[in-house]
Order: sequence, then C-alpha cells, then structure tokens
Amino acid sequence: MLSRARILGLLLLPLLAGPDARAQQPGDLVNRGEYLARAGDCIACHTAPEGRTFAGGRAMPTPFGTLYSSNITPDRETGIGKWTTEDFYKAMHTGRFPDGGLMYPAMPFASYTKVTQADSAAIFAYLKSIPPVNQRNREHDLRFPYSNRQLILGWRTLFFTEGEYKPDPSKSDEWNRGAYLVEGLGHCGMCHSPINALGGTSQSDAFKGGLIPMQNWYAPSLTFNREAGLGDWSLKDIADLLKTGVSARGVVYGPMAEVVHNSLQYLTDEDTNAMAVYLKSIAEPTTRPAASSTALPTTESSLLISLGKTVYDARCASCHGAQGEGQPPHWPPLANNQSIEMESAVNAIRMVLNGGYPPGTEGNPRPYGMPPFAGLLSDNEVAAVVSYIRTAWGNRGAPVSAREANELRSVPLN
Amino acid sequence: MLLRVIIIGLGLGFFALTFPVSAQAPGQPPDTMAARVEACTPCHGNQGQGTSDVYFPRLAGKPAGYLYNQLLAFKNGRRKYPPMNYLLEYLGDPYLQEMADYFAEQRPPLPAPAANDVSKEVLQHGQTLVGRGDPARQIPACGSCHGPGLTGMEPGIPGLLGLRPNYISSQLGAWRYGTRTAKSPDCMQQVAARLTEADVTAVAAYLANRPAPVAIAPAPKGAYVLPFACGSEPD
Repeated sequence: MLSRARILGLLLLPLLAGPDARAQQPGDLVNRGEYLARAGDCIACHTAPEGRTFAGGRAMPTPFGTLYSSNITPDRETGIGKWTTEDFYKAMHTGRFPDGGLMYPAMPFASYTKVTQADSAAIFAYLKSIPPVNQRNREHDLRFPYSNRQLILGWRTLFFTEGEYKPDPSKSDEWNRGAYLVEGLGHCGMCHSPINALGGTSQSDAFKGGLIPMQNWYAPSLTFNREAGLGDWSLKDIADLLKTGVSARGVVYGPMAEVVHNSLQYLTDEDTNAMAVYLKSIAEPTTRPAASSTALPTTESSLLISLGKTVYDARCASCHGAQGEGQPPHWPPLANNQSIEMESAVNAIRMVLNGGYPPGTEGNPRPYGMPPFAGLLSDNEVAAVVSYIRTAWGNRGAPVSAREANELRSVPLN
Repeated sequence: MLLRVIIIGLGLGFFALTFPVSAQAPGQPPDTMAARVEACTPCHGNQGQGTSDVYFPRLAGKPAGYLYNQLLAFKNGRRKYPPMNYLLEYLGDPYLQEMADYFAEQRPPLPAPAANDVSKEVLQHGQTLVGRGDPARQIPACGSCHGPGLTGMEPGIPGLLGLRPNYISSQLGAWRYGTRTAKSPDCMQQVAARLTEADVTAVAAYLANRPAPVAIAPAPKGAYVLPFACGSEPD
C-alpha cells in the first residue's frame, strides 16, 4: 500500500512539483510566505534554543514522551530540500509525510489543514529561500506504546477533520479572515481547548480552554466571557493585546508571551483587527453559574482572605492599586480581570510565585515586569493573597488552598 | 537680598518636592529603569546589592558587558536557572543591555565581610590561591584576571567582592561540572576544572571575607593584560 502510494507520488511528481520555487517565483511570494510562516509561528517549534533557524531539534515534552521538532530548511539530505510544493501542502493539509507516513499531532495539522493551497505554496516558497542547514533530525523519545505511529490513526479518527477553511458567506470578509487565521495558521485551539487523555481536542470543545500539558499553564477559554472570552472587550483592547502583549484589560505572560513575541506582533493591523473581530464574536453569553463554590470551609477561607488583604496591601497595592485598578496597560488591573476570576487559579498562583515579563514587542519594547514572590511568601500567604484578589472588588473567583499554591512551586518554568 | 534668594530657593524646593518633575503620565508607572527592573529586586535587591538569600548574587557595579552576557545566556538557556530563563525568554537584546547598564551603574556600598566558620588554614589556602594561584597546577591567581583589587575589568570580567561564599562555591562548582559555560575559549571552565573541592571552599571563604576596598568600580578596559585568552573578554 505504502509503496503504491510512493509510486503514485512519483508519477504525479513531475506534474505537481513544478520548477524550483525560488528561481521562478517572484520575491513577493517569498515575502508573503515569510509573513504566513510568522502567522503560523513555525519558528517556535522548528528552531531550538541557540539553534539555527528552522533546523529543528527543539525538545517538546509531552505526556507521552519527548518529541523533537524536524529540520524544515531546504537541505536536501536532512531538511525538506527534496519536497515539492505538493508534498508540503499534503503535510500541512493531511498530516502525512511525502512517503505517506503519519505525523505526530504535535504538528498542528489539525489546524493547518484549513490553510489554502495558495498560502501553503507561499510558505513553502519562503522555506525554500532560507539557508539550508545540514542537521539530522533527532529520534523521538516516546514511551511504549506511544512510540507506535499506527496509534496516530486512532487519534486521527477521533480528532482530525481534513479540509480547508470554508468562508461563512453570512459573515463579513474581515470576520472570515479572522476565523481563517485563528482556526488555521494561528492554531489557537492547540492550547485554548481542553486536552483530553488521548491528547486531542474534540470539535465541540474548540476554544473552550484547557490546562496545557507539561507546562501547567491554563489556556483560558476564548468563548467563555468569565475566562478569556472577549465579548465585552473593545476591539482595540483585543488587538493591543495580540500585537503588543499589553492592553488596558490585561497582559500576556507564559506561553502566550511566546506567541505574541514570535508570531502575532508581526501581523498587519488589518489581520490583527480581523482576529479581534472574530474572537469577540465567538464569545458565548455567560451560561455557567458563577464559580463561587469552594472546597474550603467558610471560616478557613475568611481567615485566608483577611490575611490576603494584609499581604496585598503590603506587597501588591503599590502597583496594582488599593482597589485592584492597576495602572494599565503596564501594571494590569486585577479588579474585573477575567484571568484572575476564572475557575482555574493556576495562572494567578504562578504569577505570584514566579512573576513574569510580558514579551518585548515593537509596540512595547521595554515591558515592566511582575516580581516573583516565591522566596518572600509562604504557601499560606500565596494562597491568601490569590484568594483575596479572586474575591475582592466584585471579583467572583473562588478561594484557593495552600496546597494548590505549594503544588505549583515545583512545576517546570519553561 | 540674600535672605530673599534663600526664601525663593526654599519655595522652589518646596514646589519641587510637592510636584516632582517627571515624564510620568497620570496613572502610569514611572518611566524609569528602576520601575522596569522591579521584577529583579526580590532576589537581587532594589539597587542590585543582593538580598539575604545567600545564593542570589550582587549585581550592582559589575561591568555592564558581564551582566549583559549573563542576561543573554539566561535568555538563550545556555546558563540554566529556570526562574531566570523564564523571566528573560521573550525580552529583546537591546532591552537586556539597558538592564545590564542600569545595574552596572548602581553603587550601593559593599556589605560587611561575611562571617565564616572555616579554619585559619583554610582561609590561608584561599588567600594563596586568590593572590598567587598555584603555578604547579596551572591555576592562575584570581586577581590576574579579576583585577588586583578583585573589582573586575570592563567590559566582561566581574568583580568578586560582595558575594556570599555559598554563591561563589556554587558557581565554581557549576563551572567544574560544566553546567555553567561561557563563550569559547571558556577560561573559567578551564580554571575551575583544576580546582579541588577543598580549593573551592577555601577560595569562596576567603573572597567573601575580604573587606571593601576604597574604590569598588571595575578597572577600565585594557587596564592590564590577561594571562590567557578568554571568550568573555575579547581583545
């Protein structure tokens, strides 16, 4: 079967491959490809720290073992130098190597399948234009049984629907452009969807938020207004956040700082605005009840919250304000800040423990940072201050326990 | 007349205090590096003077080139300390240079020499290694690179004073085991590889025990010739 596919591929090759992209295509195709490769954030995975650009080799820990990203430079021996434009489209669209082999879904082909053939060709033309790097791909280090690639077939049956983005004629061009970027190249759903035990996202849960495996950051729901649903954000605030990393409503840290740093800051204002229009539109009306229930006994949580106010006034109020109003965009507001109120307190606890800098971007090259308090506050104080900010000033989050704070002291930071 | 000048002067002083002159927009954080590096201060102190945690180093007054190299190494993961790697990962290099310049310019006084519980002999051994090295084992004196006053040299060689013995010995250990590396030729790796555990303890105790010199600024670039090539201090 496989060999038949290969023969078929060889027969088709002369028809589909076409002449060398770099020699024949105008420079603007390469430029457009570079822009689209930014939108797809290819560099985040396909470049190792201090490694050569797009030469792969970045370790990507997963619950199933460690994957190593591949060399996508045009090196003929170790990269994709022998691939054709059609091979590349097939990889993006179907998640299969030119020989028909199955890609691990760490490659977001479930999103990239929505990318048009023309855009895929532009990205390929760009990748063909960068300097080739001779660097052999490192073998994946997956535990049995995940080392068996045939298992991917099962994953694909459950979670993969092949198909380019189909514009919704009832919506504006801008909305459709935003949807195309968010659902396709942006592959936002890779993090902003609940990841189940099989490492997949079911369609009905798209953009409903989830804890990112191994990183232990919570990627909030993009549809639920009590998380990062953007229904009551202005388009400007959404676009500011995507483009600069800071906004009047909140600031990005952690994995989202990477996305803004490597990808979103390079998008045109038109594309950022289109994403904002789409993201604002997918927010659903709040249907879930307010998360006021807590595992903590009432007396314990009221003691916590009174300690929390003491900690807050001493450590936090000088920047975030006595009423949690902050000094946006650089010192984010905590009052009416969804990322603090949402059901998962993971991000708020992590920020108190480890602090953080928003990404340096063209629009905000010298960001202000949040100090790490891991060395200054006890588990109890961390739990107290997070409980306080989650419940003060009209915020409607639930208190957290010292145990939750303690558990997050030891998670990997990067 | 003089009195009037004084009164006006006091008046201006009063106004200056009441309405501090700054570019700060209302409701915005101060547009200063001090405000931007607040994330550094719980571990390194407001002026980079260090804190009570013995493993967190003083930054103040170290050469900007040295501090910049460290910030880059943390950002790129070459120097491994997850809390630092995490903080710096997505910051631009020019901004890291500004942070380095900021801490290099700070001049808080050096702390009092650290108390230590090592014997006189150990301190004596440390003094010998720091001051003269051990030519038989090809160990240069610390001062031959870090300066006669151990205050370092612009742009890349750090001063060794104001650090706690725990920090010095942990860093020397990291060099020995290869978990801390620098640009090739990695001179500190070569030197540290020749040290024994006992040498490290002695050097750390002696350095932390030094009283502050009158001048704590690093020597200017090229003030003396290094005994061997060092990637962190290019010619």
